[in-house]
Amino acid sequence: MSGSHVSHDDASHGSVKSYVIGLILSIVLTVVAFGMVMTGAFSTLTTVIVIVGAAVLQLLVQLIMFLHMNTKADEGWNLMSFVFTVKILVLVIGGSLWIMQNLHLNMMLD
Amino acid sequence: MATDTLGNQIVQPSEHGHDQGHDVQAHQHDHHDAGGMKVFGFWVYLMSDLIIFGTLFATYAVLIKGTAGGPTPSEIFNLPFILVGTMLLLFSSFTYGMAVLAMNDNRLGQLKAWLWVTFVLGAGFVGMEVYEFRELIHEGFGPERSGFLSAFFTLVGTHGLHVTFGLIWMLVMLVQLQTKGLNAITRPRIMCLSLFWHFLDIVWICVFTFVYLMGAMA
Amino acid sequence: MFGKLNWESIPYHEPIIMSVVAVMAVIIAGLVGWITYSKSWGYLWKEWITSVDHKKLGIMYFLVALVMLIRGFADAIMMRSQQAIAVGGAEGYLPPEHYDQIFTAHGVIMIFFVAMPMVIGLMNLVVPLQIGARDVAYPFLNNLSFWLFAAGVILVNVSLFVGEFAKTGWLAYAPLSGIDYSPGVGVDYWIWALQISGIGTTLTGINFFVTILKMRTKGMTLFRMPIFTWTSFCANILIIASFPILTATIAMLTLDRYLGMNFFTNDLGGNQMMYVNLIWAWGHPEVYILILPAFGVFSEVISTFSKKRLFGYHTMVWATMAISFLAFVVWLHHFFTMGAGANVNAFFGIMTMIIAIPTGVKIFNWLFTMYRGRLEFTSPVLWTLGFIITFTLGGMTGVMLAVPAANFVLHNSLFVIAHFHNVIIGGVVFGMLAGLTFWFPKAFGFKLDETWGKRSFWCWIIGFFVTFTPLYILSFYGAVRRMQSYANPEWQPLMIVSLIGALIILMGIACTVIQFVVSYRNREQLRDVTGDPWDGRTLEWSTSSPAPFYNFAHLPNVKAIDAFWEMKQAGEFETSRPPYQDIHMPKNTAAGPIISLFATILGFALVWHIWWLAIVSALGVFVSFLARIFNDDVDYYVPAAEVELIERAHHERLAEASKHDAHGNGRIGTMGGQS
Repeated sequence: MSGSHVSHDDASHGSVKSYVIGLILSIVLTVVAFGMVMTGAFSTLTTVIVIVGAAVLQLLVQLIMFLHMNTKADEGWNLMSFVFTVKILVLVIGGSLWIMQNLHLNMMLD
Repeated sequence: MATDTLGNQIVQPSEHGHDQGHDVQAHQHDHHDAGGMKVFGFWVYLMSDLIIFGTLFATYAVLIKGTAGGPTPSEIFNLPFILVGTMLLLFSSFTYGMAVLAMNDNRLGQLKAWLWVTFVLGAGFVGMEVYEFRELIHEGFGPERSGFLSAFFTLVGTHGLHVTFGLIWMLVMLVQLQTKGLNAITRPRIMCLSLFWHFLDIVWICVFTFVYLMGAMA
Repeated sequence: MFGKLNWESIPYHEPIIMSVVAVMAVIIAGLVGWITYSKSWGYLWKEWITSVDHKKLGIMYFLVALVMLIRGFADAIMMRSQQAIAVGGAEGYLPPEHYDQIFTAHGVIMIFFVAMPMVIGLMNLVVPLQIGARDVAYPFLNNLSFWLFAAGVILVNVSLFVGEFAKTGWLAYAPLSGIDYSPGVGVDYWIWALQISGIGTTLTGINFFVTILKMRTKGMTLFRMPIFTWTSFCANILIIASFPILTATIAMLTLDRYLGMNFFTNDLGGNQMMYVNLIWAWGHPEVYILILPAFGVFSEVISTFSKKRLFGYHTMVWATMAISFLAFVVWLHHFFTMGAGANVNAFFGIMTMIIAIPTGVKIFNWLFTMYRGRLEFTSPVLWTLGFIITFTLGGMTGVMLAVPAANFVLHNSLFVIAHFHNVIIGGVVFGMLAGLTFWFPKAFGFKLDETWGKRSFWCWIIGFFVTFTPLYILSFYGAVRRMQSYANPEWQPLMIVSLIGALIILMGIACTVIQFVVSYRNREQLRDVTGDPWDGRTLEWSTSSPAPFYNFAHLPNVKAIDAFWEMKQAGEFETSRPPYQDIHMPKNTAAGPIISLFATILGFALVWHIWWLAIVSALGVFVSFLARIFNDDVDYYVPAAEVELIERAHHERLAEASKHDAHGNGRIGTMGGQS
């Protein structure tokens, strides 16, 4: 039992290399996002798309490189519970914003 | 007993199919294999915490226009300052990863050293946030000034409180590593704190993108 | 020194409240005296208060729930009698500020401190046994969850005689619940009672989610799990996903009230509609947290007493999952009239109607299970049949409310009240009482008296229809909810009928109480020796009644759905056979009750703005938690010899029973032969 644990450590639990890659990618994505906004060199739409894209990419980088999320750990329940939570977040945040926007317009609050 | 490496169970790939994999798990429980289960349960707790942050993000988005004649986001956000804080937290996430690697190799001294580095970086982040909040309150832009500021302080402050709690936890773990060493009880706790710490950096990505960067643009 | 607290906070000039307090004081003093007299404090502390045994915690949840049911029902009787007399200028006996507290307390108590603990209590009692586990994933947290829930109960009850309770309705809509319109401590009691018990509920959700995923015995694949476990599983997912929304929302209301923030205020950029939106984003999943486990109970009851495998096991599971998903996309139907546009209302209206489909699937599954089964009309079956009829009616009025156009007429009327009592009483209460009767022998080792159980059922179902049919009718004449008094004398006769209905339900509750007394007195005749009083189908019936604290001497090996039924068919009873091994079990702990005691004081201090006490008790919570963290002595091994002793005693009782009972259904003999 213990033997099998050890043999998987490197593959599953990250190594210095994977953490360094994760760190570098995160720095680059952060700097790009801040840079675009701080220089103001691009149009608003482009900037929004890029910084949201950078955020999503950085989320994925950290989930994979730092949290080692994969489809196998705990029979996939880790990933499954995360995906489910994201689904709930999309429903609740998206739904709330849709409802509140609609209320805002209808109640002529501006 | 496989207890000495239990903390890693959360990232341990299963070679078995669903049913067989489960059999192994059930059997392990027979020997009270609690460590891996703790880490998994903590992950589930983090999912519920994510919903709390989601609720606060949604509220922030709804209230962002509710400035009530007070400052707008772009008037109070200092991006270079936030960038420094962001980097502190990001590096602390990395250093915690180093701590876990040290634990996997049973290098207790290195583990403690990396935890201290992480602690200092995290404390720096909290210190900067406290400074930012103090400045805002000092200028009369406290959380009671407007709906927007209430939502801003609460969202960012909740994250800051989590980081603070993580720091306290880190101190507790340093004491426990000193007194108990690495064992079947401390290992899963280091792993849980690892999840917590990385999770907080992930939440922060959303905070700096949707609160600070988007706010500063408007 | 004592914040807002002073002698004026005690409502000694209110005779009604003071008499209630006096009665409660006498009961508590009697209990304390009796426990002291019988020298039971040590026993209580060691065997119950500090227990991490999921079965005992389940019993304690149910006990508190039944006590709170009486408290909540007293509120109901007061409301119904007030409305029966307060007509045409008459003010009745309850002034508005008291009446408002009563309907608020009734809702809060019935949902949070009756329905929730009944559901969670039943999960505690049954789920680990059904999946063949020795305990839950985190036994200490389970104990802590219970005591945090108890802290909420204590705060709500303290509000009765120190200060006041909220007058805002059970969901404390802002801005009414804000500091400007509710400057008293009532809303603060509401906040801290819900917040502290809500943390306990979230922990329970996580605990049982992991328990069901990780602690299933050999061969218990997901699609072999009993339906009650499935519905509990989905309910726990809903708890994990929705209770954080409640926590965050109440926290923001707290910040508004305590730190002058402007989340839900009228001015300075606050948005009270966001409060309504968020509270229902939690509130709607909450009703499915309550009803799904009840569905599970009915499924177990109906297949056991029809002597058939549940019709459409897989569709039942998928319908449960579909309901769990849809539970998160319908919340706006609670506020169709708030001002959203046609598209939004239409979307949520349609989604709401769609929920009726998987629910309908379930109804047909139950009907087809009974079809050509050999149905025994025991009291759990009566509850189930009563549920199917009542709940179907309630579901149909729910679909009516889901039509936005109709909702504009019915919103805030007694129709809404009648509807949700129709589904909550007909669904959750009937389900929990069925579950109580069904699993009582597993908890206590003897069955409940059938005669009084059936009497209780008939009182409840007749009482329900007599109470709420008049409210449906009155709503068409414009009667709204939460009226302290009303002008139209034509409504009074139906209001009186409604009061009579409530009194019939009261008789039902009395029958349940009598049922306990009678059953306890006749416990020898009602003794469940085999552990399997109903010829059951799932694993909880394979162990003795009451189950030994370690549940199973050997963890069972599951090969099919209805595992125990299959074992009986094959004549295999492995769970109790020697040789025995040491069993690893968690130790009892005082940490849960101590942490919760500090949490209770913390809540009280925060309600009354006694800041020093808040700081001290918060430190108390932290330090007692640390003490737990630093204690590694949390588990032990039950020696095989002790297991053998317990199991042999069980086998001897079995042999004895089969000797005495000439009609002993061959199974007892088989089991005795095994030993």
